[in-house]
Amino acid sequence: MPEQIVEPLIKRLAVLDEKGNETVTPAPSLTDEELKRMYELLVLARTFDQRALTLQREGRLGTYPSILGQEASQLGSALASEKGDWLFPSYRESGVYIALGFPLHMLLQYWAGDERGMRVPEGMNVLPVCIPVGTQIPHAVGAAMAAKYRKDRAAAIVYFGDGGSSRGDFHEGMNMAGVFKLPVVFLCQNNQWAISVPRDRQTASKTIAQKAVAYGFEGIQVDGNDFLAVYKATRDAMAKAKEGGGPTLIECVTYRMSDHTTADDASRYRPKEETEKWKARDPLLRMRLYLEKKGLWTEAYQKDAEAHATAMVDEAQKNAESAAAPDPKDMFTYTYAGLTQRQAREIKDF
Amino acid sequence: MATMNAVQALNLALSEEMERDKDVVVLGEDVGKNGGVFRVTEGLYDRFGPERVMDMPLAETGIVGAAIGMAFYGLKPVVEMQFMGFIYAAVEHLFSHAARIRTRSRGRFTASLVVRTPYGAGVKALEHHSESAEALFCHMPGLKVVVPSSPLTAKGLLLSAIRDPDPVLFLEPTRLYRMLKEEVPEIDYTVPLGKARIVREGTDVTLIAWGSMLQRAMKAVEGFDTEVIDLLTLSPLDEETVLQSVKKTGRVVIVHEAPSMCGLGAELSALIAEFAMLHLKAPILRVTSYDVVLPLPKLEAYYLPSIEKIRKAIETVLQY
Repeated sequence: MPEQIVEPLIKRLAVLDEKGNETVTPAPSLTDEELKRMYELLVLARTFDQRALTLQREGRLGTYPSILGQEASQLGSALASEKGDWLFPSYRESGVYIALGFPLHMLLQYWAGDERGMRVPEGMNVLPVCIPVGTQIPHAVGAAMAAKYRKDRAAAIVYFGDGGSSRGDFHEGMNMAGVFKLPVVFLCQNNQWAISVPRDRQTASKTIAQKAVAYGFEGIQVDGNDFLAVYKATRDAMAKAKEGGGPTLIECVTYRMSDHTTADDASRYRPKEETEKWKARDPLLRMRLYLEKKGLWTEAYQKDAEAHATAMVDEAQKNAESAAAPDPKDMFTYTYAGLTQRQAREIKDF
Repeated sequence: MATMNAVQALNLALSEEMERDKDVVVLGEDVGKNGGVFRVTEGLYDRFGPERVMDMPLAETGIVGAAIGMAFYGLKPVVEMQFMGFIYAAVEHLFSHAARIRTRSRGRFTASLVVRTPYGAGVKALEHHSESAEALFCHMPGLKVVVPSSPLTAKGLLLSAIRDPDPVLFLEPTRLYRMLKEEVPEIDYTVPLGKARIVREGTDVTLIAWGSMLQRAMKAVEGFDTEVIDLLTLSPLDEETVLQSVKKTGRVVIVHEAPSMCGLGAELSALIAEFAMLHLKAPILRVTSYDVVLPLPKLEAYYLPSIEKIRKAIETVLQY
């Protein structure tokens, strides 16, 4: 008997080419208004991100991880979630919070070192920034188990990178999600670099998406700089999850255009030509070209969108910087639901 | 009231709370059909079904991580960690997330969950099956650490732990599982967290113990006028009960089965030295296991604090 191929190959989804032309996969059905709103959010995310970098350089913000180049992966996926869904971001995820309408001034407050910025508004099921790489993966799996147990029509999205896919948490979370057929989407932003370590040092497998096959569910690779492709892949995966079809691993192939954080210098380890090459694949440019071809984009519209975004970020910065200093007693308030005997003694220092 | 051992008391607490609160779910390794390796979850699978009594893949990190996600969502997960020696894989989730999410989210999210685990030596088990690593967890603000010492306290504390709004590490002394039987009420019976109990009143010495060491301590104090405190909750510590007793007796012996270095006895000694030094008549003595890697069963008896060693410590402090 001849050898059989027992597993299909991994599909790669792209809706737009680098010039903003539709390819073989049709664009997801979105109205002109929706498309414009989403593009404006991309502009807002970039404006916010650039402002955060400026504020950091001015000493007004602490260490900050830029999302430059990853806006399509973050907003395309988060905008595909619905109310009631749960999102588990890593630390490089400003775009996810912005897509959900998280108060911008709180994001700035958090990155300036004020925990009050991560008091997620009621009704918004997004977790605070998670710094230990990949550890949020089992949390999303647990939330998906809870949603399934309660028979809620909800699914979870968990964000991590190529570096995170090396962690045991990735394996254990993916494995559990497969075993219990859970409503969870694993959204990997393969941005090619985990600080200074390149993607080929994280895994020898050809794609990250194919790892899903071993856990018994679907993995798909997506052009992560193609907003519409990410949106479509995530929307389909979330719909499948809610219909009881189980988890999906989406590998968004993208690129970290910036340093790892403001405390890093990527020129120490990364060839400049590589970064230059990815500039041409800018996710905002691609969406802009697409809108232009649809007659939805003009220079004036761009100026308006940028001015509106700048005004929003100005306002956020003003609110963040004018917030009253946190009360030192606040340190004690949230360790436990109530003060311990020892804390009751310690808090008297303030 | 029924007479039962600690395993039955814990089982009763779980089934009672699962009956009362649909958000309570049990997850772990072999907790389903098998009822747990010590049978603490026996019968729960048949009664409440596989959706609430979940046999998980063999992955301690993922199990505790998933429990945290369930707690974010609003469930009340009770994890069974098969042995304390296997908990280290889950420490990152307990320390970096369960203990901190209330602070990180300013109270928007909490990790109200329980991780139950058998702990302690004295049952002639394999390597990694006899750990007594409670002090590691007491060092982490945001976690609570609870240790029952009898069937009654096991039931009462477990109910309180499940209802507690914060993450609780619930240490079940393996040696006590089937050692003692006592009357346990079959109705809603709770023992508050954060409160030590005075098991025996006395005037000359304060002996502080918890878990399975309490039984040895109770035997050791026979014939002495010693007050015995069973801590029950190791973190947060009931400092008031400890200091009040020490101020009365002026002498202290602390017994624990973990090694002495940075053990909870060190913290208790420092606490007493800071706040009751002028009431002391003798040095504070610790009776602990040795500062060695926990031996296999052939040497276990030499390792653990013996009744004789505890008696000697009491005699020593009484000489002052």
